[in-house]
Amino acid sequence: MTLLEVSELKTWFETPAGTVKAVDGVSFSLAKGEIIGLVGESGSGKSITGFSILGLVDPPGKVVGGSIRFNGEDLRAASEERLRALRGDRIAMIFQDPMMTLNPVLSIGTQMVETVQAHRRMSRADARAKARDALGRVGIPRPEERLDAYPHEFSGGMRQRVAIATALLHEPDLIIADEPTTALDVTIQSQILSEVQGLAAEMGMGLIWISHDLGVVAGLADRIAVMYAGRIVEEGPRDDVLDAPRHPYTSGLVASAPIANERGKPLRQIRGSAPSALHRPEGCAFRPRCDHAGDLCLNDVPETCATPRRWRCFYPMGSS
Amino acid sequence: MFVHNLASPSQVGQGGLTRRWREHVTETEYRARRAMTTFVIRRLMQAVMVLFATSLIVFVAVYAIGDPLEILLPSDASETEKAQVARSLGLDLPLPVQYGRFLWAALHGDFGNSFVYNQPAMTVIFERLPATLELTITALLMSLLIGLPMGLWAGNRPGTMVDESIMTGSILGFSLPNFWQGMMLIMIFAVWLGWLPSTGRGEPGTIFGITTSFASWDGIRHLILPAINLSLGNMAVIIRLTRTGVQETLPLDFVKYARARGLSERRILMVHVMKIILIPIVTVIGIEFGTLVAFAVVTETIFAWPGVGKLIIDSISALDRPVVVAYILVMVTLFIAINLAVDVAYSLLDPRIRSRAT
Ligand SMILES: Nc1ncnc2c1ncn2[C@@H]1O[C@H](COP(=O)(O)OP(=O)(O)OP(=O)(O)O)[C@@H](O)[C@H]1O
Ligand code: SF4
Ligand SMILES: [Mg+2]
Repeated sequence: MTLLEVSELKTWFETPAGTVKAVDGVSFSLAKGEIIGLVGESGSGKSITGFSILGLVDPPGKVVGGSIRFNGEDLRAASEERLRALRGDRIAMIFQDPMMTLNPVLSIGTQMVETVQAHRRMSRADARAKARDALGRVGIPRPEERLDAYPHEFSGGMRQRVAIATALLHEPDLIIADEPTTALDVTIQSQILSEVQGLAAEMGMGLIWISHDLGVVAGLADRIAVMYAGRIVEEGPRDDVLDAPRHPYTSGLVASAPIANERGKPLRQIRGSAPSALHRPEGCAFRPRCDHAGDLCLNDVPETCATPRRWRCFYPMGSS
Repeated sequence: MFVHNLASPSQVGQGGLTRRWREHVTETEYRARRAMTTFVIRRLMQAVMVLFATSLIVFVAVYAIGDPLEILLPSDASETEKAQVARSLGLDLPLPVQYGRFLWAALHGDFGNSFVYNQPAMTVIFERLPATLELTITALLMSLLIGLPMGLWAGNRPGTMVDESIMTGSILGFSLPNFWQGMMLIMIFAVWLGWLPSTGRGEPGTIFGITTSFASWDGIRHLILPAINLSLGNMAVIIRLTRTGVQETLPLDFVKYARARGLSERRILMVHVMKIILIPIVTVIGIEFGTLVAFAVVTETIFAWPGVGKLIIDSISALDRPVVVAYILVMVTLFIAINLAVDVAYSLLDPRIRSRAT
């Protein structure tokens, strides 16, 4: 069953310098219990896609087009109060930087209890017990005692666990995890990854895992969506995308990711750099960096659908 | 410094750990408590030094201003009379000896008798201090109870009509001179409308054995106008500070995260943002409380409020050295106490300071 259906989402920022089309026609859907990895370079619009779903885009940003359906409900038409009720309860988000997201002057316990009480009529003691259990579930030792600690008394990894525990409090239907492990070292990162994967499967939650690192997503996601300049340029089942990428950008990502690399071979980098969001090239935004570009590429690229895969490229890889 | 060495973490050892375990004190808390003790002791030592230094400076300063005998005695007093009074007040001795005697007596709790009132200087001050503290505390509370909500309101809706009006009001609040505001208050509420009295302290009531204006309706009525007068400037400061704080805090990541957890805007503003901005506000309250006590001189003069402000003006013009010195020492003590309270409030408000204190 479809949990989330995003179609033609457009989130633009009106700035004095011009319109920044941070998200410019993004479509994807997610089934219950499914994990989708959203991959792309910095600035490609991954976080803004996540915030758009929650209705948390800060001005001057605004969702200007498309639709977001969650469990059949149109979120763009939902009232602010309805969105508030969904956030943290049915849809939870884990933020990019664990150092900045918890309020430094409130204890972990206070911040978890308030999240419980924002959605359930529950006594403080019961809410605290729920928070304690959630901390225990993500592997925080002595959870009862740790509830009274403050964010600065936790390491980065522990803080991110707190964020994950908080996201799990109400067993949401959907978790949007925005690069929750980038700030952590590799061992802790893989530990948290497998824990989250286990918990998601156990609870049947949908998970949008945002990352700029294809390697992280490769071990976790059922499907992979690759974003470039505000659009999804390729999407499909994980193995298909990794083994036989169609879009030259995906191909470049795969070649430059340590996972796909044969031993001894140097990593290949995609040449050039991402276009500024204000001045994107005409036609395919990837054109200046693409080795396959041809005459057609100056036109707007339509989407090619070959279920279960789709891509946006005139000259896809793997075809003659 | 020796206090610090008493129990550095490495020396706590097994005994320390068990003891802490028994008391259910966490490592952080334990360290914070020890740091707090060191801190308070250091502060008290500083306080004694400051009191000593101020007493010396003020003593010499008042001596330098002029001879109190000229003011105390009628101009036609004879030389013998003068010499007699000077001897009885100890003014005939060389200055260092006078100071030495003062210091010795002060260490025994005796700050000398007022030249004018012929009563112990401290008694003279403490008779009037409650009236001033009453006034300043009321003014401080008013500026907080009104200033904080207004600042929150304005900061949460920048650029709106509400914001603009509050900001304009606050500019008037601290740009119009204090005495002018006071006279306007008297004109409007006492003269034209006749609602409130404009002079004196009224008939204070007694509650739990303490005589205070809060205990009688007449006392409260007399307190309203001077307290408003004293609070306006401070209120403007609190409003601006709160507004800036809100505007700087709202865009932070933890606010967005709080929204993503489904917290209400009310809780975000009143708890998450408030707790952050209270930290700078507490500092300013500490400073402002001092300013209020100082500005009380003006307000007390306008409203004929029988507090220490008026007393000190009179005592300076009478060169009543014991009262002036005692007054300054009381004020310095008050300031030291406020500063200490601010630092304690800091560590209560900000857990990062609490554990960094070592
Ligand atoms: N407040 C803003 N004003 C103008 N442009 C913005 C604003 N916030 C984001 N953008 C633009 O939106 C685009 C997408 O930003 P987003 O944060 O979604 O990137 P991202 O893919 O999450 O990158 P990263 O990996 O660095 O987190 C960027 O090009 C950025 O310049
Ligand atoms: S459309 Fe053209 S420029 Fe764009 S990725 Fe495909 S081949 Fe390259
Ligand atoms: Mg991002």
